[in-house]
Amino acid sequence: MALGNRHLLGLEGVSAEDITVLLDTAESLVEVSRREVKKLPALRGKTVINFFVENSTRTRTSFEIAAKRLSADAISISSSSSSMAKGETFEDTARNLAAMSPDCIVVRHPASGAARFLAGVVDCSIINAGDGSHEHPTQALLDLLTIRQRKKCAWKDLVVTIVGDIVHSRVARSNLFGLRTLGATVRLAGPPTLLPEEFREFGAELYYDIGSAVQDADVIMMLRIQHERMASNYFPTLNEYARYFCLNAEKVARAKPDVIILHPGPINRGIEISSEVADGPYSVIMSQVANGVALRMALLYQLIIPGADGIRGSALVEPAVTAAPGRARIE
Amino acid sequence: MTTRNQRNTAPPALLVRGGHLVDPVSGRDGLFDVLIEHGRVVGVGSPGSLDPAQLAMPGMGSDVPVIDARGLIVAPGFVDMHVHLREPGYEYKETIETGTRAAVAGGVTSVACMANTDPVNDNASVTKYIIDKGAEAGYANVYPIGAVSVGLKGERMAEFGKMVEAGIVAVSDDGMPVADSSLMRRALEYARMFDIPVIVHEEDPGLCCGAVMNEGTVSVRLGLRGMPSAGESVMVARDIELARATRGRLHIAHISCAEAVEMVRRAKAEGLAVTAEAAPHHFILEESAVDGYNTNAKMKPPLRTARDVEAVRQGLADGTIDAIATDHAPHHRDEKVCEFDKAAFGILGLETMLPLSLELVRAGYLSMTRLIDALAPAPSRILGIERGTLEPGAVADLVLFDPEREWTLTAATMVSKSRNTPFDGWKMKGRVVRTLVGGVTVWEHTE
Repeated sequence: MALGNRHLLGLEGVSAEDITVLLDTAESLVEVSRREVKKLPALRGKTVINFFVENSTRTRTSFEIAAKRLSADAISISSSSSSMAKGETFEDTARNLAAMSPDCIVVRHPASGAARFLAGVVDCSIINAGDGSHEHPTQALLDLLTIRQRKKCAWKDLVVTIVGDIVHSRVARSNLFGLRTLGATVRLAGPPTLLPEEFREFGAELYYDIGSAVQDADVIMMLRIQHERMASNYFPTLNEYARYFCLNAEKVARAKPDVIILHPGPINRGIEISSEVADGPYSVIMSQVANGVALRMALLYQLIIPGADGIRGSALVEPAVTAAPGRARIE
Repeated sequence: MTTRNQRNTAPPALLVRGGHLVDPVSGRDGLFDVLIEHGRVVGVGSPGSLDPAQLAMPGMGSDVPVIDARGLIVAPGFVDMHVHLREPGYEYKETIETGTRAAVAGGVTSVACMANTDPVNDNASVTKYIIDKGAEAGYANVYPIGAVSVGLKGERMAEFGKMVEAGIVAVSDDGMPVADSSLMRRALEYARMFDIPVIVHEEDPGLCCGAVMNEGTVSVRLGLRGMPSAGESVMVARDIELARATRGRLHIAHISCAEAVEMVRRAKAEGLAVTAEAAPHHFILEESAVDGYNTNAKMKPPLRTARDVEAVRQGLADGTIDAIATDHAPHHRDEKVCEFDKAAFGILGLETMLPLSLELVRAGYLSMTRLIDALAPAPSRILGIERGTLEPGAVADLVLFDPEREWTLTAATMVSKSRNTPFDGWKMKGRVVRTLVGGVTVWEHTE
């Protein structure tokens, strides 16, 4: 299969089988990070560029470590250090990077659709490391891996509650798509201003009351709330937001006894999650971070090495657009 | 394909023979010959009945040139009351010459061009510049629309009177909605003195702030900020109330949502001086055209839902929406081949206006007469210009088209200077074969 056709742009449309293969591969790589010598030769001679047009510490570091543990040459570029700071367009910067023949570009960008745009401009593999409010598929995959490690039941028997700024969250979208594909029940909770009704159309149940949302949940995923949302009147104050949506011990008590609590970070202690919960026994936040490296190793390996076990040609490519999209029916 | 421009002198006489004339103003809908002399229609008669030798041109005899229109529809040239010609200031997107040439290629013989140029058409000297450039180009007639406010800033009213004297036919801050209700009220009142319409781009700046597409299922899935229908309808509601209060003439540009169509329907039933136009993309495309972050499906107002598309079609069918206008908005490749959030709003319209509109005839929404009415007489009435008919005495602006001819649109070969169309590669049905302005052929399509 052609290397140029292999991207991970989002989890929408990715099959349960392909997700499972990726999680299995990641699982087999988890132990590498526990070794004395944390390195495999799998991607020796391959080049991975982390092209981060939006700030990130966790994701960028995670990708960088993942690439290096597979012996790839990995470099990271941020928007402030790239020519985009001098007014170069995203397209031109991308073309210049592509001219240096990387095998994979990992892109983070504040505009929804940027990863897909990049995939149309360059001919190496593209991994979406977060595009605006659209998707953050590797975060969702590492969340799925973390959930799978802790929960032995079938996906269809799991209730996952995601709480917070759903409408602006790429983490929520990717998790929603991935979890629904696998068959889990997904509950979304937040104030109506941050939780449009349209999410029902993607198979989610909507809640405006966090107590009901976490009732008997197996997994609770809290999302970071951004201060900027106050300025646009999505809610009056962080204080009032916390009053209704902060996950504290009392709310956790309504969930299943073996509930696990995830957060993609960085966390706002006392706003969306109380310190006692973030640092408490149900929290798997640090496992998420550790799994992130293994998951990204698995992904880089499978995208960059043609014919890598278990990944078929178009599996990770966004579904092809049907002919003449958007044409209104006319009889 | 060949084009000639109007500097070619009009033949003293010309006979358009054997075509199917559709002229809504006179009610003619059938086989008629049209005789043109010195750029005006002088006679319309049943096939073979017009003998130039016995009419006003004795001595011409059989030397009168004849245009064979058999198998074609002959209609008054289309009047697109909503285009952006980009000149002055944005000549890299379009010029008055390329824009009016694209117009005649689409059968459009008159265009009304919006004021958001640089400098803004908010004073008589810019108006005059545009008119002169249009005349120099010699393709379609160019009718400038003046700004409502100086610099489109929504603060001080522009000099409507001086611009009217220079040739504007309406005022509009198109692209920059008039947020200040007091300014809108005064504009509607003051414009009455000149009997010109105030054309409104209905977009509540707060509700639509930072938004790039329709708010709904697709925007939620793609993670793009959406403009709710209410962002349009609340402004339509406000302006209809202001039209009622002021008795001013209000024209709603590019109406796109079902709620707004219904409000206009009620306003008309009450007898208010409210008119509306719709763009072909709003009755042909739905919001799902944005899928894949297609920047050529990004425009304001945005593509909406199937329900809205149906409402626009019904509005055109029952006359709630008077006119079809394209909102022809050329943009350079670099303004469209970029991140969706950064891409410019708007698409080309002139060259696809006819085949897309004919879809509504084929689907039974409109009769051919109603379609031609929406394309020529209706916008002429709204703008108060003497176009849109082929009655004897009228200026001989006409279009000959084959409603059945199929062709494939190729963006790369379009006449406009820009390429931003969502219809690239679409099979089109309905082809402009010849366009005449003032009795001169300015566009002729040859296979």
